[in-house]
Amino acid sequence: MSTIAPVSVPTQPTPPDDGPKAAVIRSWKTPIALGVFTVLGAIMLVGFGRDGISTMVLSTTSDLIQLPTVDLPTRATGIVVSLLLLAIAAGSAWRVRNSRKTPIWLSGVFAFLLLLGFLAWASAGASIPIPGLLFGSLSLAVPLIFGALGGVISERVGVVNVAIEGQLLAGAFTSALVASITGQPLLGLLAAMLAGMLVAFVLAAFSIKYFVDQVIVGVVLNVLVSGVTGFLFTQLLAPNAATLNQPPKFDRINIPFLSEIPILGPVLFRQTLIVYIMYFAVIAVYFGIFHTKWGLRLRAVGEHPQAADTVGIKVAATRFWNVSLAGAIAGAGGAYFTLGSVGAFGKEMTAGAGFIALAAVIFGRWDPIRATLAALLFGFASNLQSVLSIIGSPVPSEFMLMLPYLVTIFAVAGLVGRSRGPAASGKPYIKS
Amino acid sequence: MSDTPPQTPPGSATPPAGSPGKPASRRDRPQTDEESRWHGVFREITSGSAIISVLAVVLALLVGAVMIAVTNDDVQESAGYFFSRPSDLLGDVWGAVSGAYSALFQGSIYNFGRGSFAEGITPFTETLVFATPLIAAGLGVALGFRVGLFNIGGRGQMLIAAAIGGWVAFAVALPYGIHLVAALVAGILGGALWGGIVGLLKARTGAHEVITTIMLNYVAFYLVSYLLREGFLRTPGSNNPKSPASKETAVFPDLLGPDYNLHLGFILVIAATIFTWWLLSRSNLGFQFRAVGENPNAARVAGISVQRMYVYAMLLSGGLVGLAGINQVLGTTTSGFGATVDSGIGFDAITVALLGRSKPWGVFAAGILFGAFKAGSFSMQAAEGVPIDIVLVVQSLIVLFIAAPPLVRAIFRLPTPGDTPLRARPIVVKEVAAK
Repeated sequence: MSTIAPVSVPTQPTPPDDGPKAAVIRSWKTPIALGVFTVLGAIMLVGFGRDGISTMVLSTTSDLIQLPTVDLPTRATGIVVSLLLLAIAAGSAWRVRNSRKTPIWLSGVFAFLLLLGFLAWASAGASIPIPGLLFGSLSLAVPLIFGALGGVISERVGVVNVAIEGQLLAGAFTSALVASITGQPLLGLLAAMLAGMLVAFVLAAFSIKYFVDQVIVGVVLNVLVSGVTGFLFTQLLAPNAATLNQPPKFDRINIPFLSEIPILGPVLFRQTLIVYIMYFAVIAVYFGIFHTKWGLRLRAVGEHPQAADTVGIKVAATRFWNVSLAGAIAGAGGAYFTLGSVGAFGKEMTAGAGFIALAAVIFGRWDPIRATLAALLFGFASNLQSVLSIIGSPVPSEFMLMLPYLVTIFAVAGLVGRSRGPAASGKPYIKS
Repeated sequence: MSDTPPQTPPGSATPPAGSPGKPASRRDRPQTDEESRWHGVFREITSGSAIISVLAVVLALLVGAVMIAVTNDDVQESAGYFFSRPSDLLGDVWGAVSGAYSALFQGSIYNFGRGSFAEGITPFTETLVFATPLIAAGLGVALGFRVGLFNIGGRGQMLIAAAIGGWVAFAVALPYGIHLVAALVAGILGGALWGGIVGLLKARTGAHEVITTIMLNYVAFYLVSYLLREGFLRTPGSNNPKSPASKETAVFPDLLGPDYNLHLGFILVIAATIFTWWLLSRSNLGFQFRAVGENPNAARVAGISVQRMYVYAMLLSGGLVGLAGINQVLGTTTSGFGATVDSGIGFDAITVALLGRSKPWGVFAAGILFGAFKAGSFSMQAAEGVPIDIVLVVQSLIVLFIAAPPLVRAIFRLPTPGDTPLRARPIVVKEVAAK
C-alpha cells in the first residue's frame, strides 16, 4: 500500500521470445495441453466413434448465394480429425524441443479441427445449421463483449472491475424502464449507459477517493445493484408490467451486400443497432488503448501511476473518468438483455454474465481483441449446447453444458497460464 | 487482477490506507490532564471502528427506509396532497418503515407477539440456523482472502460437499455417531477437493483463481444436476431431480429440543471459527499464509513455498465452505436436496467475509448479522409485503460504508483519527504550559 509502486521483480520465467537468453527456457505447456486434447478427442471421435452422416447446413433460406450442404461421414471424419490433431500436437512438441514457440495460429487450427470433429460427432445422422449456431453464439456473446470491454478499460487504468455484473444488471433494468416509458429503444440504450456509469461512479468514488479495496467495492456493488433492481422490480415493474416493463426492441438492420456474404453475412450483418455499436466499440477501444494519447495515458496510469503522476498526468481524474467510461460501455451491454434479446426485464436476468465477462478479460489478457474472442468463445460454447440439445446429443445435456467451462479451465491452465495484469491494477494511488 | 494475487487482499490484515484500523498509536501518547483524557476517550469512541460499524448499520437502514417509504402505496398517495396535510405523509412514512423494520426485528431476534420467552426467542434461534452456513462459508472465503486468493467458488464447493456428504448420509448404513462423523468428513473433503483443484491449478500452471473458481461453480452445478437426474444421487422411482432424505443416523441432532430448528451445525461452526482463528494467528502455517497474502514475492524470498501455500489455502478454504454445504444437507434440508442446495450462500459468504474484515471472529459476528437479516426478511415480506431484496440492499450498503470510514465520518461529522487530534493537541499543551 505504499505510494511507491513496487518495481516488478521478474521472478517468473520470462516468455521465451523475450530477449536472447530467455530462448533457453522451454515451455512444454502448450504441447502437453494439445496432447491431452488430442487424446481426449481421439477417445471420443474414434473410441466412441459413431456411424452415420453429419450434415452441415451452411446457408439460411433467405441467402442470395446458396451454399450446398456438406455431408461428412461421421466415423471417417473423426479418424481424419484425430490424425490431424495428433500431427499438430507432435509438431508443437517438436518445435518446443528445438526451443521454439508454438505459433498461436497453430493452436487456432487445432481448436478449429477439434471443434469440427466434435460437431460432426455430435450431429451424426442429423444436420447442424451453421449460420444459426454462429448467430446464436454472437447473440449470447454481445453482453459479454460489452462487459469485457468495460473490464479491460477499467483494469488497464488500474481499477479492478468486479462490478461488471452490477453494471450489466443496472443497464438492463434502466433500459427496460426508460424504453418502456418513452417508447424509444435508443433512449433506453442511453439510459442504460448512464446507469452503468452511475455504478462505475460509485466504484470509482469508493476506490479512488476513499481507497477502499476495489474488489470489495466491486463485489458489494453487484449485491447492491441486484438488491435495488430486484426490489424495484417487485415493487414497481412487476405490478405495472404493461406500462413499465414492455420496452420496444431494436429492429434488425440488414446491411446491404455485406449481409449476403456466405455464412458470415447473416451472422454478422443482420443484427440490431446494439451489435453494430459493439463492433464499433471493440475497434474503438482497441485503437484507443494502443494507438492514441488517451490510451497511452490510461495504460501509464494503470501500470505505473507514480511515473504517470510525475509527468503531469492526473492519476485520480484519469482513473475516475475511464472507470466511468468502462461503466457506460458495460451498461450498454446490459441494454442488450432487455432491448436486444429478451424484451423485458427479469430479476437477476444477467445470471452471472458479468463474471463470465470478467473471466474473458483475464482469459484475453487484458487485451480488447483477445477478450472479445474469449467472450465469443463463451457465447459459442453456451449456444452449442442449446443447438445440440435440439438435434439430440448423444451425451447427457449436463455434460454438454459443462463443456465450455471445462474447456476454459483447460485452456487457462494449459494455454494461457500465468496471466499478468496491469501492474498497478487493484492498488489505490495515494499521492504523497 | 494481476498475476500475483492482489497485493491488498480484501479486508486483509492491513486495512486500506485512510481507514482507521486499530488506533494503536493513540494509546502511546501521554495523557496530560483530566480534560484531554476524557477528550481522548470520546475520540476513541467516536473514531474507533466500533462506532463506524454501528453508524454504517444505521446509515444502511436509513437508506433502506427511504426505499421502503418511497415505494409504499400509502406514502405515494399521501404525498399527492403533501402541502395540504403534511402530517399524513409523515405518518404513512413512519407506518411503512416502522412496520417493516419491526417485522424484521421480530422475525430475527425476539417475537413480542408470543406468550412465553421460550416461544418469543424462536426467531433468534432461526437467525442462528441461517447464520451457520454463512459463517462456515464466510470463514472459507476469509481464509482465501488472507492468502491473497479470491475464492468465488463457494457455490461449487458447497455443491460437491453436499453431494458427497449427502451420498454418505443417505446411502451408507452406519451406527449413530459414526455415520454423522463419516458424512461430515466426506462433505468437508468434498469441498476441500473442489477447492484444492483451484489451488493446484494456480500453483502448477498459474491459472487465475477467479476464472477457475467461477468455471468450477458451473461444472459442479451441472455435475450435481446430472447425478441427481441419472446418477447415484437420484431418488429411486422418482422423476424429481432430488436426492433421497438423509438417514436418521447422520442428521445433526437438535440442540434445544425438537421445538427449535437449531442444530449441531452451529456448534461445529463455533469450533470452525476457533480453528480458523488458531490457524491464522497462532500456527506456523497461518503465519506463512499471511506472509503470502501480504506479499508473495517477499514470502518467496523468505523461503516460503508460495505455490504450496496456495494449494493448502484452497484446500482449507474449500473444506470450510464444504462444512457449509454439508451443514445444509445434514442440518437444514435433511429431506433430500436439489441442485440449488447452496441457495446462494457461496456468494453471500463473500460479503460476510468482507464485513468481517477476513478475521475469524469478525466473520462470526457478520454471519450472525446476515443470518438475522435473512431470517427477518421472510417475516418482513409476509407481514408487510416488502420484497426480500431490500435486505440485499441493506447488507451491501453496510459493507460499503464500513469499508469507507472516511465517508461515514464525513456524514456524521466525526473527528478523523490521527488527523484532527494531532493538530488539536499542541494547543492544549501550550495552554497548560502558559499556566
